[in-house]
Amino acid sequence: MTWQGWLQIGLVLLAVAVVAKPLGLYMARVFAGEGTFLSPVLRPIERGFYRLAGVDPKAEQGWLGYTFGVLTFSFVGVLLLYALLRLQGILPLNPQGFEGVPPDLAFNTAASFVTNTNWQSYGGETTMSHFSQMAGLTVQNFVSAATGIAIAVAVSRAFVRSGAEAIGNFWVDLTRATLYVLLPAAIVVALLFVALGLPQTLAASAGATTLEGASQTIAMGPMASQEAIKQLGTNGGGFMNVNAAHPFENPNAFSNYLGIFSMLVISSGVFYAFGQIVGSRRQAWALLAAVGILLVVGTGAIYWAETFGNPIHLAAGVDPALGNMEGKEVRFGQAMTALYAAVTTGLSNGGVNAMHSSLTPLGGLVPLFLMQLGEVLPGGVGSGLYGMVVFAILAVFVAGLMVGRTPELLGKKIEAREMKLAMLAILILPLAILGFSAAAAVIPAGLAGLANAGPHGLSEILYAYTSAAANNGSAFAGLSANSPWYNTTLGLAMLAGRFAYIVPVLAIAGSLVKKQKVPASAGTFPTDGPLFVGLLIGIILIMGGLQFFPALALGPILEHVLMLAGQTF
Amino acid sequence: MSSKAATPSVFDPAILGPALRDALVKLDPRQLMRNPVIFVTEIVALLVTALWAQEMLTGIGAPAFSGQIAAWLWFTVLFANFAEAVAEGRGKAQAESLKRGRTDLFAKKLLFPERDGERASEVIPATALKVGDVVLVEAGDIIPGDGEVIAGIASVNESAITGESAPVIRESGGDRSAVTGGTQVISDWLKVRITTRPGESFVDRMIALIEGAKRQKTPNEIALSILLSGLTLVFLIAVVTLYGLALYSGTDLSVAVLAALLVTLIPTTIGGLLSAIGIAGMDRLIGFNVVATSGRAVEAAGDVDTLLLDKTGTITFGNRMASEFVPVEGVSEQELAQAVLLASLADETAEGRSIVALAKSDYGLAEPAAGSGRPIAFSAQTRISGIDIDGREIRKGAVDAVLRFVGIDKREAPAEFNAAVDEIARSGGTPLAVAEGRWLLGVIHLKDIVKPGIKERFAALRAMGIKTVMVTGDNPVTAAAIASEAGVDDFLAEATPEQKLDYIRREQQGGRLIAMCGDGTNDAPALAQADVGVAMQSGTQAAREAGNMVDLDSSPTKLIEIVEIGKQILMTRGSLTTFSIANDVAKYFAIIPALFVSTYPQLGALNIMGLASPQSAILSAVIFNALIIVALIPLALKGVKYRPVGAAALLRRNLLVYGLGGIIAPFIGIKVVDLAVNAIGLI
Repeated sequence: MTWQGWLQIGLVLLAVAVVAKPLGLYMARVFAGEGTFLSPVLRPIERGFYRLAGVDPKAEQGWLGYTFGVLTFSFVGVLLLYALLRLQGILPLNPQGFEGVPPDLAFNTAASFVTNTNWQSYGGETTMSHFSQMAGLTVQNFVSAATGIAIAVAVSRAFVRSGAEAIGNFWVDLTRATLYVLLPAAIVVALLFVALGLPQTLAASAGATTLEGASQTIAMGPMASQEAIKQLGTNGGGFMNVNAAHPFENPNAFSNYLGIFSMLVISSGVFYAFGQIVGSRRQAWALLAAVGILLVVGTGAIYWAETFGNPIHLAAGVDPALGNMEGKEVRFGQAMTALYAAVTTGLSNGGVNAMHSSLTPLGGLVPLFLMQLGEVLPGGVGSGLYGMVVFAILAVFVAGLMVGRTPELLGKKIEAREMKLAMLAILILPLAILGFSAAAAVIPAGLAGLANAGPHGLSEILYAYTSAAANNGSAFAGLSANSPWYNTTLGLAMLAGRFAYIVPVLAIAGSLVKKQKVPASAGTFPTDGPLFVGLLIGIILIMGGLQFFPALALGPILEHVLMLAGQTF
Repeated sequence: MSSKAATPSVFDPAILGPALRDALVKLDPRQLMRNPVIFVTEIVALLVTALWAQEMLTGIGAPAFSGQIAAWLWFTVLFANFAEAVAEGRGKAQAESLKRGRTDLFAKKLLFPERDGERASEVIPATALKVGDVVLVEAGDIIPGDGEVIAGIASVNESAITGESAPVIRESGGDRSAVTGGTQVISDWLKVRITTRPGESFVDRMIALIEGAKRQKTPNEIALSILLSGLTLVFLIAVVTLYGLALYSGTDLSVAVLAALLVTLIPTTIGGLLSAIGIAGMDRLIGFNVVATSGRAVEAAGDVDTLLLDKTGTITFGNRMASEFVPVEGVSEQELAQAVLLASLADETAEGRSIVALAKSDYGLAEPAAGSGRPIAFSAQTRISGIDIDGREIRKGAVDAVLRFVGIDKREAPAEFNAAVDEIARSGGTPLAVAEGRWLLGVIHLKDIVKPGIKERFAALRAMGIKTVMVTGDNPVTAAAIASEAGVDDFLAEATPEQKLDYIRREQQGGRLIAMCGDGTNDAPALAQADVGVAMQSGTQAAREAGNMVDLDSSPTKLIEIVEIGKQILMTRGSLTTFSIANDVAKYFAIIPALFVSTYPQLGALNIMGLASPQSAILSAVIFNALIIVALIPLALKGVKYRPVGAAALLRRNLLVYGLGGIIAPFIGIKVVDLAVNAIGLI
């Protein structure tokens, strides 16, 4: 580890913290329907959408109506994307002449992009036409992210309103998130990416003759625009198979900084917007502090494990100064690879700029564990915030009891109904991750996809289902997931991880919005101080991580101790 | 604060015996269903027992190991049952004595209740009484049911419920008209209209409450049970799927070790102690001579934001008392004190006695021999009293009346006299002028004396985050003066019952929880509206019905203890939950390496406790998990101590003790058990 490395890590995170506040304030205005500097341009377009869809922007929905909107919109999204992928061969903008996508892969991909997971069982440049990329995947990159933001805003409203039913209008929130937040940001970031050298073209792949005289096909396409929303919407689905490790997707150190920054900024902005909406900016900082501490510790752990290197390599005479460079890009270096890996997994982005499978066992454990914590660091756009609210509910419940008062979060009492729903939401991850992993680890169809034996193979399975259920989408590599078994089960894990979580969360919002706000007193335990931050971190680690310890022990931990004993897989 | 119902020690042999028996009875799965965590433990224990039986019969496997695991799993369930049984046992003795008083009661039902003086009655069993029946109770009779006195006056021995042997007066009308079934009339007679059905009377409810028979889970308890059930499910998933993951890793885990892992991970500690905590909390309340109609009310007390207290009798002694003597120029304080002492000797009012007491205590005067002098009694016309003694005419009374006696106008009175009078009035007190013959001697300052120590109690409440509001019929000036002296946060002056009700409603609309205590019928609406209404046992039936708690000692400041008990129950649950979950870290480090070390010896690196063998590690974790329940029973029964230091400080402390302690303690505990297991040779 070097100070230069830590300085880079610090500067990127600082930049996010600086921008999160104005962005959060801007979002709070947008979702309150107040005017912003973009309103003169966007307001007419927004109204046009409502008129076209026959939506009355003034009519708000209760939690059931809101949930119905989310589910209907997403279900139709899955159907449309599935149809589009299957019919790719006869649709336009297909210069490479790709055929229709097979059913299991089309289902997996549709589920993946609608759930904001962006798990890719395929190689983008050899499977998807430009039309599929732009009209199919990119559309979902926008609206799945906007859906997450909308739900986060609805949950925020539940804390400010007293004795109410309505938590907002899903169609309005969805439109505003896309139009006012994601689209302008994506345009700016796409232009910056173009300036940094990312290709942006509708041309087919280019042919080239190498120095040895061999001919090579170089894939191209509208990459800068894809990359922008991939990061901003915490999607992570790359244009290329190797994602942001590819020199076209991520050509240099600056594009790497901008990539990490764009991943974090909107999700952190949503946290700040939450604080602004509920009337406690300190609350937002407290939540972000918990996020920041866990992210920095995670980054530090990867950084340490990777610069420490693999003792077997060192014994073979590899230069110890570099650490473990297998699967990493020299142009990013250890520090920025560690930060990318921690952020992309803490955040439910899932793009990678190095192959996580090639990390040292402990270095690989961290991204896996960060995803298992429930994708709240700061998580996917919107989804991270509502995930964090669930953890905060559990934290105040335990804390509230310990100070002898019925627990409350931001003045809303946390009672049996909220606990029931929060626990339902918490159960999804272990059920989907451990359930499918245990099945895949014993049946031939599951074992067939493994590239490595032993604990590393188990890590591959565990990583795949963790990534899917947590809606992250990053791959450990090594696992051949493009098979009917993996495509189907991973698709189901993604759908469960997204929608089986959203429904209880919106139900919590529906329950909280009805409650009277309780004024704070000296007996109320403050949720915006360091004590709460510490408690929240503890709850995230215990509720999010404790149940995965046995699985991790058999995967990366076992691999680590075996590596120390000189055994590799 | 008296605590008449002596709280039995935690492990009283008289309670332990029956509790051990009850622990076995409670193994009935239909009963255990109420407690999901322990229910799962019992199912798992059954499973491992079946496995052990199979191993014994077939001779395959390690029956000695699975037999021990099974035994300790059963112990875990039994210890949890035992904790509950001990908690229940503590209340049972009291319930038994109440029950004895209730059986075989007969009632003299009046045949013509509307006729005054008509005593014709028929004797029927008390259980046959209906609401509205009128019964006659004469000296020596036990009152057959709860009711309202409609005629007569009698002294009643209520020691059966209050533990207080001094009889109390019960009469028709007013605030002393309620009688309780099971209490005994000592003198005279009463006509009582029965107001509750048999089986629903105060004593019945009290018995049910003490026995815990009708105990319903409180809202917070339900929410916590959900959290615990959720955690149980999470660990169930983790353990069941571990079988598959282990198979992949070349290890075929046995049911016994998976069962051991599951039971040690699920929150059995708090699950086993949960109901004991609630029962013990109610028991502590009864120890304070307060009976709550539901556990919900006790928990609500822990959440109270605002406390409404009557001034008279709660904050002040209720009578005005002399607090100082202010002489005019030329008269010494000693001379004034001497004069008022003489003038008040024959004054039997509370005010008069307080003047005598002040003169004696603060001025060291001795009481002159009685009989000398001619006392002048107070009359409504003159509004002065005093004494003619040794040629002196000493008078005291309302300022204008004394001035008239002296024969001067207020303007002619000495300036310092007028200043003292105004000052006393402004401070909320009452000035009494004193004169001898034609001369003004000075002023007596009468005031409502705030009970000693009450200010500190309110400060403690404020530290808990509770606002105190004084309710009084006084004018705002007097009320403000007393409020500031007593240190309450707010006051409601010239209060009518409607105003009280309005105040409560207004606070509740702001989302606050209100507690109040009262005794009169006119308090009933406010008691019913308040979230926690504490009725005085000495109060009317209407007040007792409206409130959700009854204070048998009729001591209004007891609300503070009630609030503390409510908080303690929650704190104990929260702390033990934290402890229980924090324990899991150590259990992982004990069991996970033990499960896989035979396949992958390198995983022994996780065995940081250095446990002797895989089998002893697993067994030690299970034994520790069972024993910790027993070890924590005293804490569950006594409750985690509440300190009014503010929520943040309280949380920091409890997190440190039960969170950090919960992580560390089992590392030590499991290691010790492991050493013992190997020393005894169990493995």
